[in-house]
Amino acid sequence: MVKNSVRNVVEVRDLVVRRGRVRAVDGLSCSIAPGVVTGLLGPSGCGKSTLIRAVVGVQVLTSGTVEVLGLPAGDRRLRHRVGYVTQAPSVYDDLTVAENLRFFGRVLGVPADETERCLEAVDLAAVRDRVVDRLSGGQRSRVSLAVALLGSPELLVLDEPTVGLDPVLRRDLWAMFHALADAGAAVLVSSHVMDEAQRCDRLLLMRDGRLLASDTPGDLLARTGTRDVEAAFLAIVEHAQEPKEVTA
Amino acid sequence: MSPRITLAVAARVLTQLRRDRRTLAMLLVLPCLVLALLWWMFDAGGAPLAGGFDALGPPLLALIPFIVMFLVTSVTTLRERSSGTLERLLAMPTGKGDVLVGYALAFGAVATVQSALAVLLCWAVLGLDVSGPVWMLVVVAVADAVLGTALGLFVSAFARTEFQAVQFMPALVIPQILLCGLFLPRDAMPGVLEAISDVLPLSFAVDAMSGVSKAGGGAGLGGVAGSVWGDLAVVVGFVLAGLLLGAATLRRRTA
Repeated sequence: MVKNSVRNVVEVRDLVVRRGRVRAVDGLSCSIAPGVVTGLLGPSGCGKSTLIRAVVGVQVLTSGTVEVLGLPAGDRRLRHRVGYVTQAPSVYDDLTVAENLRFFGRVLGVPADETERCLEAVDLAAVRDRVVDRLSGGQRSRVSLAVALLGSPELLVLDEPTVGLDPVLRRDLWAMFHALADAGAAVLVSSHVMDEAQRCDRLLLMRDGRLLASDTPGDLLARTGTRDVEAAFLAIVEHAQEPKEVTA
Repeated sequence: MSPRITLAVAARVLTQLRRDRRTLAMLLVLPCLVLALLWWMFDAGGAPLAGGFDALGPPLLALIPFIVMFLVTSVTTLRERSSGTLERLLAMPTGKGDVLVGYALAFGAVATVQSALAVLLCWAVLGLDVSGPVWMLVVVAVADAVLGTALGLFVSAFARTEFQAVQFMPALVIPQILLCGLFLPRDAMPGVLEAISDVLPLSFAVDAMSGVSKAGGGAGLGGVAGSVWGDLAVVVGFVLAGLLLGAATLRRRTA
């Protein structure tokens, strides 16, 4: 039975965001379902981060709407329910790992053992008392990720969370994203690395502020007759550039 | 705003300061060293010069916490803005008031210790003449420190780098020091400058501090002259205005 009744967690309609003179997002509509990991893929500068900021509700929109869990993105009622990891780790460099988590935990009003759970989830329990300044880049981004996990948000939005990480750790993180999705959360992960696509349940391909495709990896490859997502991406771009009468 | 979050922010700022031992030591020791230097210049050699330490000590007790907290706050909040932690906090259930009041509480607490040490040194060791109650000097100093914090929070919105933030000192703080009555009595200034000095917050801060110390400073409510309470009320008004302006610069959504 096809379940069309599952309510999407995110609904983006005709979104336009102008940043300076550039249309960073240019008339984009998409939706994100609960219980799956959605990959937002596209080259650097294609507008991924702007779209993500719009979903989280920290971006000034030019036009269009973004709805999250049935509410306008950024609504105060969503502030407990959405976890967000920015590209640069947004944690306090001069506090220890545990202090960072405790602080954000108190802001969110989650119980103290929740910080412990999130530390374990990103495998940082061993360095809990180290000052963030002294950690490696990968460890710092995991501290930032742990903060986003506090309170088990219904929507988890991650902007390039796996850049520069050890392959073993990357695999473990993707496993964790899927575990979170299996538990019912919607997970949106952006990446400019196309081979991360195969780890996603659904893909949103973006280029120049527009959506190229919204599909499962399997259907995308089948539809374009390609073997990997990079080739599928090229096929779609080239197809779009061909003159209309030839493609018709 | 919620007390839980406000206190969490204040506690976090204090933890960060505690970790930065050198800054903390400088915050507490440097004001005392500067005041001791002033005393040495004017009073140590016997006959006090030009009114001496009794005339210049109180204005400095007002200036130092203001300047120090202005600098510390503008740099710390700029860091918070540029590191993305402010955006993260504001995407959480944090109110703008939580951030502002949390910072004001934390730096107010540091200023209390800083001012108590400086006042104790001036009064008990360097022999500053204080006709009003000594605790009132600490109260005024803390109000000045929070004034510096409020102004620092506000200007950090207009700086992109820490270099720029520090440059707000000559832009906003030094003119106030020149016009606050330390170098020239305010009523002896050219009319226009006197009028300007009459509306600058630091002028009221210095007047309040001098008012407690000079003769007659002990006659009024709680042993404090009425004019001092008036000046203090104006300083507190500027603090509130500064925090409101600061709140306007905290944006949940940015372009």
